Amino acid sequence: MTNRNCKFESVIDSGVLTVALRGEIDHHNAVSVRGEIDDLICRERPKKTVLDLGYIDFMDSSGLGLIMGRYALMQRLGGELTLKNPNERILKIFELAGLGRIIKMEEKEQ
Amino acid sequence: MKNDKGKLVNEIKLKMPSLSVNESMARSAVAAFCAQLDPSATEIADIKCAVSEAVTNCIVHAYRDRIGVVYINVKLFDNRSVSVEIRDRGCGIEDVKQARQPLFTTDAANERSGMGFTVMESFCDSVRVRSKAGHGSSVTLIKKFEGR
Repeated sequence: MTNRNCKFESVIDSGVLTVALRGEIDHHNAVSVRGEIDDLICRERPKKTVLDLGYIDFMDSSGLGLIMGRYALMQRLGGELTLKNPNERILKIFELAGLGRIIKMEEKEQ
Repeated sequence: MKNDKGKLVNEIKLKMPSLSVNESMARSAVAAFCAQLDPSATEIADIKCAVSEAVTNCIVHAYRDRIGVVYINVKLFDNRSVSVEIRDRGCGIEDVKQARQPLFTTDAANERSGMGFTVMESFCDSVRVRSKAGHGSSVTLIKKFEGR
């Protein structure tokens, strides 16, 4: 069964890949989404990947795994990964894992 | 915060195969049932996240090599608290204390963050874990709803 209620849109501009995730990130969805994002990163080889979390309705610790995994991939490729528009709940889960000190946040858009 | 057990007012039991596609249904079903206690949006989000973690543990760890049955028992009490028991008959946890440590995982290769129990503890008032290696585990989440 491949039913998935998490999608993403991507834009590449001047070497920066922005991936806007939508819907629910749980273990079921993360498994397939991560493969697609990795394919995109490996194809485009961006110097920076920005994960836009502003349209996420639900995230549990599987989302942390998804973010940490893409962070590690970008590091291996000599690039960086940043996050954009995390809501308070996502930030709380982030802080529990101590990731706030490791992964950079983009400035909030006005 | 301890749960001063109120009087049981309603209860549901769910039983499902450990397919990852059921994670969303499990947390949504529990959240919909809890709505009877008129929780705040934040409290509903807390319980959804905690249930999602516990059900995912059954799928990823307890039944790592097979599809088994995940049992969920939700009880609502008249003091506006909920108890959610998530149980499996899977492999069990060798060392519960270690499993509850933040960032501890036996499955880093599959990008498990090791934060499941920490998230449950953070979003609930109490989390009780019972497990016997080779026989299965039971996780009971207790949360009292304050806001409306």
